[in-house]
Amino acid sequence: MKHRYLIAIGLVFLTLAPLVLPTYQVTLLNYIGLYALVVLGLILLTGVGGMTSFGQAAFVGLGAYTTAYLTTTEQLPAWLSWTAGSPWLALLVGITLTAAVALFLGALTLRLSGHYLPLGTIAWGISLYYLFGTMSSMGGHTGISGLPSLSFFGLLLDKGEKIFYLIWVILLLAIWITSNLLNSREGRAIRALKGGQLMAESMGVNTFRSKMVIFLISALFAAISGWLYAHTQRFVNPTPFGLHMGIDYLFMALIGGVGSVWGALVGAGVLTMLKQWLQDWLPLIMGSNGQYETIVFGLLIVFMMQRSPGGLWPLLVKLVPMRWRIQQHILINENVDNLSRRPLPEKGELLLEAHDVTRRFGGLVANNKMNLSLHAGEVLALIGPNGAGKSTMFNQLSAVDTPSDGEVIFMGTSLQGKSSRQVANMGMSRTFQHVKLLPTMTVLENVALGAHMRGSKGVMSAALHREREEEQRLLKEAKYQLERVGLGDHLYAEAGSLALGQQRILEIARALCADPCVLLLDEPAAGLRFKEKQALAQLLTKLKEEGLAILLVEHDMDFVMNLVDRIVVMEFGEKIAEGKPEEIQTNPAVLEAYLGGEE
Amino acid sequence: MNFQIATLLGQDGLTNGAIYALLALSILLVFTVTRILLIPLGEFVTFGALTMAAIQMGKAPVLEWLLLLLTTIDCSLDIYQQARTRIDKTKLQKTALKLGYALLMVGLMHYLNLAETPMFFQAVLTLCLIVPLGPIMYRLFFQPLADAPALVLLIVSIATHVAMVGVGLLLFGPEGARTQPFSDSGFRLGNVMLKSQTLWIILVSIVLIVSLFIAFERTLYGKALRATAVNRMGARLQGISPVFAGKATFALAAFLGAASGILIAPITTLYYDSGFIISLKGFVGAIIGGLISYPIAAIGAVAVGMIEAFSMFWASNYKEIIVFTLIIPFLIWRSMNSQHVEDEE
Repeated sequence: MKHRYLIAIGLVFLTLAPLVLPTYQVTLLNYIGLYALVVLGLILLTGVGGMTSFGQAAFVGLGAYTTAYLTTTEQLPAWLSWTAGSPWLALLVGITLTAAVALFLGALTLRLSGHYLPLGTIAWGISLYYLFGTMSSMGGHTGISGLPSLSFFGLLLDKGEKIFYLIWVILLLAIWITSNLLNSREGRAIRALKGGQLMAESMGVNTFRSKMVIFLISALFAAISGWLYAHTQRFVNPTPFGLHMGIDYLFMALIGGVGSVWGALVGAGVLTMLKQWLQDWLPLIMGSNGQYETIVFGLLIVFMMQRSPGGLWPLLVKLVPMRWRIQQHILINENVDNLSRRPLPEKGELLLEAHDVTRRFGGLVANNKMNLSLHAGEVLALIGPNGAGKSTMFNQLSAVDTPSDGEVIFMGTSLQGKSSRQVANMGMSRTFQHVKLLPTMTVLENVALGAHMRGSKGVMSAALHREREEEQRLLKEAKYQLERVGLGDHLYAEAGSLALGQQRILEIARALCADPCVLLLDEPAAGLRFKEKQALAQLLTKLKEEGLAILLVEHDMDFVMNLVDRIVVMEFGEKIAEGKPEEIQTNPAVLEAYLGGEE
Repeated sequence: MNFQIATLLGQDGLTNGAIYALLALSILLVFTVTRILLIPLGEFVTFGALTMAAIQMGKAPVLEWLLLLLTTIDCSLDIYQQARTRIDKTKLQKTALKLGYALLMVGLMHYLNLAETPMFFQAVLTLCLIVPLGPIMYRLFFQPLADAPALVLLIVSIATHVAMVGVGLLLFGPEGARTQPFSDSGFRLGNVMLKSQTLWIILVSIVLIVSLFIAFERTLYGKALRATAVNRMGARLQGISPVFAGKATFALAAFLGAASGILIAPITTLYYDSGFIISLKGFVGAIIGGLISYPIAAIGAVAVGMIEAFSMFWASNYKEIIVFTLIIPFLIWRSMNSQHVEDEE
């Protein structure tokens, strides 16, 4: 808990800084605070969500120009006259406007893959910059001057030393909100965006919504920073909102480290100081004036990306003695209520049914007129030699893929046109053949992601931590499922550090967290040792007795034969046999498929 | 607007469009082969134009020292690597050749009477200075990160651009420059006046595009690059070195960039930082082509040039805004057609 002392020392420093430091240093700290607020949004976007924006400076500009226009124009249009020159109402308008613009741009680009977002942000970053410069009501390239100072409950913040407190209080609040959000149900969904979108959708997460949430938050942080900037400077012109500044913000995030919220502070601080220092010294070395610091920054970033892509923050953390570091686990309160469970269907009820499912890939028929049915309280195995079309069938059943012909019916509804997210909501849960985990998150958090649909508290209550009760119930459930599958000793380990077999078991726990009535398991026993297989078989038997329907694709015949009630055998995309294990073992067609026919 | 103005604007649009098309093709080429969005392409354009201008004014463009410096760093890295593994004679020869080439360029720049040489030779000299910068850039900045996530490559690309703009300021100074036109005469076609430089640009662009097409369709090296673009791992297993593919595409991109710079230098004044906006317009073309299709990207780039020219007439203040918001309808269209969720690393 020693890190509390570090935070306390930081707070004392911040409180005293404007009283003891010279004005120049205070101004510098103001800038660092303003930049850090923007960079914080970028860290959320880039480091956590895996998306990049070069256009944050344009959002800063939106915030700054909105307040500049509203607080200096003598005759506002009638529909804006209610703001009456008040900076605080202008902040409200600025936030609304920025949110609207961000929603529009997000709707355009967030659904697209990879490069469109950064390229899109470059394009509108430039457009907005030119727009500020050309609109005469915005003062053109000369800008708008004479903005009023902020006043806070009658206290006029007309000096750098005074507005300092407002800037840093807002920044620290933003950091608090961001870390709260990240340690919540919504936060887990957001953290899954980087490398786990497919899996998250199967757990019922709306990944597009999660992307939009962080895009919006980062835009709003930028707009608030712009508003503060405008009233600190009391003057705005287009220059600080151009693309080069958007690039600088990204550089700050990268230098500080995009993995942690504190990277924002480090990055903004280091880059701002370095810039001041280089601007003093470089012209002396180069012999002429110019923005030569860009050479140093550019090379520095290239070097960082090659040598230390995590930025400075992780390096700084390494310097702190081990016992000073945060080592506190997520606390789980066992006394909260259990999550409510969906009523399980009657035993023997038909849950999942495939009707003449055919899937063609061009000329290849991967599944040909497959029929199968799965009832509550039974374990069905889908087996067959390699290339028989089991995985394709699995994808049709779990709505990852759509059949070319025929249909899959789940709980009486056709899955035609349903997304894997909707199917997850209906009560089907699955594991993956190639394990899909978030390797740097703890085992507990990975499994809690499975319970995503069983919580309902949104982003706002997560940001303010008003959802702790629900969060505890989700974590309790995750812990219960982990103990049930035998991973109770590994709750706080990084998921990536588990052995492959354990990672498969973790996926089962995650699937169980979703409280399904149908469980689809893709090769659950692969990579398990004998004892672990026995434990898994016991678990599946128990689940079956509770009334779950389980379908598994598996290669391990011992495991299958001793566990399941019925078997469907596939070869060349078709069903060649179906029946009880002992019938299958003696079925001539199956024997021929596996062992080859008699010569 | 009358016919006269329309033809003038049309010519402007076509000239710019041809340049944007060249750039869009380089961007696509580099992107498909290496997954890098080559933002610093614009700096090759300005370096090309400003070097040409310096040569025409009879002064050494200083760029040769940059080439020498970077080659030295490159060669030291080569030697360092060899010292750690095994000294290989042919590799040492290669290193010596590279260094010798850079020294030769420095020598040429300082002993030739540059302003007196024919223009074609000046252009060749400019290209000889700039093209090697492409592979060196790949070697120093991108090669160590060849397997990094696409996001990291983009960031390094932006950082390289930022550094190169600074270097441009250092080498060429803040003043803009314009070069002499390739030929003075204009042509009269009916009652339409055609500027000779327009014809030059369109002609050279077409020649370059056609020869690129032939090179990629007919030669083994071209096919190797195409194979890398289709499937990097597969190409690697067939013995195509990803390092070679990266360096070759960067050399091509540097060549096309510098050539574009030499082509437009007689009609627009370029500054050390003009390259970014120019290459971004190539990017708009490339985005219209969906970052996949060469012909659509080229057509898109010409359209960008045309729209730019005509918006100059109707709303000159909003020219850049119009051009860059152009991509919005394409993004909407792409967004409507893309539903899949994918995992990207």
